[in-house]
Amino acid sequence: MIALLDYGAGNVGSVLKAVNYLGHSAQAVDQPELLKKATKIIFPGQGHFGQMMAALAERGLLEPLREMLDARKPFLGICLGLQALYQGSEEAPEIRGLGFLPGCVKRFEGVFKVPHVGWSQLELRRESKLLAGVPPGSFVYYCHSYYGPATEPCAATTDYGQSFAAAVELGSVWAVQFHPEKSSEVGLRVLKNFLDA
Amino acid sequence: MFAKRIIPCLDCKDGRVVKGVRFVDLRDAGDPGELAEMYNHEGADELVMLDISASREGRATLMDTVHGVASRLFIPLTVGGGVRTLHDARRLLSAGADKVALNTAAVETPQLIGEIAARFGRQAVVVAIDARLEIGISSSPSGGNAARRWNVLTYGGTRQTVLDAVEWAARVESQGAGEILLTSMDADGTQRGFDCELTATISKAVHIPVIASGGAGSLEHFAEVFMRGAADAALAASIFHYGQHSIRSLKEYLFAQGVPVRLMKN
Repeated sequence: MIALLDYGAGNVGSVLKAVNYLGHSAQAVDQPELLKKATKIIFPGQGHFGQMMAALAERGLLEPLREMLDARKPFLGICLGLQALYQGSEEAPEIRGLGFLPGCVKRFEGVFKVPHVGWSQLELRRESKLLAGVPPGSFVYYCHSYYGPATEPCAATTDYGQSFAAAVELGSVWAVQFHPEKSSEVGLRVLKNFLDA
Repeated sequence: MFAKRIIPCLDCKDGRVVKGVRFVDLRDAGDPGELAEMYNHEGADELVMLDISASREGRATLMDTVHGVASRLFIPLTVGGGVRTLHDARRLLSAGADKVALNTAAVETPQLIGEIAARFGRQAVVVAIDARLEIGISSSPSGGNAARRWNVLTYGGTRQTVLDAVEWAARVESQGAGEILLTSMDADGTQRGFDCELTATISKAVHIPVIASGGAGSLEHFAEVFMRGAADAALAASIFHYGQHSIRSLKEYLFAQGVPVRLMKN
């Protein structure tokens, strides 16, 4: 079973639609017992970092998530679902993230408009399964004010005033800051790579 | 590279696209789903659907239309027209819209902006501003002094308010709007170009993206509104519907002019 982690504020509907369009089924999951039965997890996040972590904790989903990440169960984080993997975020400095990746999530500073809303290009940093078949320089759709560091294990970065983590791949744990479900053909390809893996 | 967005707009009434769609290669030029797919294929960066149904039945149809369009569209979809309450917004978002556009309701109940943003995130709230140059305040067409003022109109541009468009734009940002869809009522329908002065003034007054609308008649107009108007995105309906210009050819033109746009790889 492919679980779509539903903590009450994510964009589960639009991701499910894309998964179905690609010929797969998935189940919205908000219970730890169900989550543990999943063979693959998609974590579409949206909203506020602190509220997301609190909602995950409230539903008892934090520990099973950490265990599944440690066990390298196939995982795809989207947007805030990528940010959750880090140690924490400037959006809610007092709250810990899942702590799977080193580093913290920061807010964009500078002359560019925040949030970063729209299409930006991917700079491929290395070969990855996640971005297999995605041409270098492809545009993907973003909508975020915070970003993860452009360091290992980034498979791709994007520049918006500064370079940030666009796609992360560590074994079977994958995550993207952009919205594959809104990134037309390129996004569908990324989702397909995960679903077919 | 961060791309300037090109956004076709579908005006829908009772579940059909209106405003004279003239495509020869479509089975049914009035079907929103078919048009949406075609625009997506051509390289539209986003799609806006505005419901202009007058009747309750028409509005009910809108949910089906949104659902139908969203199920095969994998670019962002904004839906507006008659959104008055948090409940209206929730229904549209759950039908598959990614963002809702508020216009009259934002003016009459500004707290609605914050309510929707708090529940669904700022990125889900687009405030549409219809602005018209205030008559009686003179200023030379070449710009001159900062004497120009634009008023905000509501009810589809039929009712004037006392709101100053620049102040209103800053206010909707502070209330929680994620983007502004700015229509020049002076330029709208003229096909003589976007109002670059209005667009640049608003764009520089806020930190959120501004989508310019109204007046697109040629490829050059789009280049102007990005370069002189500081627009983050440009919206148009007729120029695409009538097949005068395809989105693909527009983007190739803009790219050649040095405007960053998302070109399709195939």
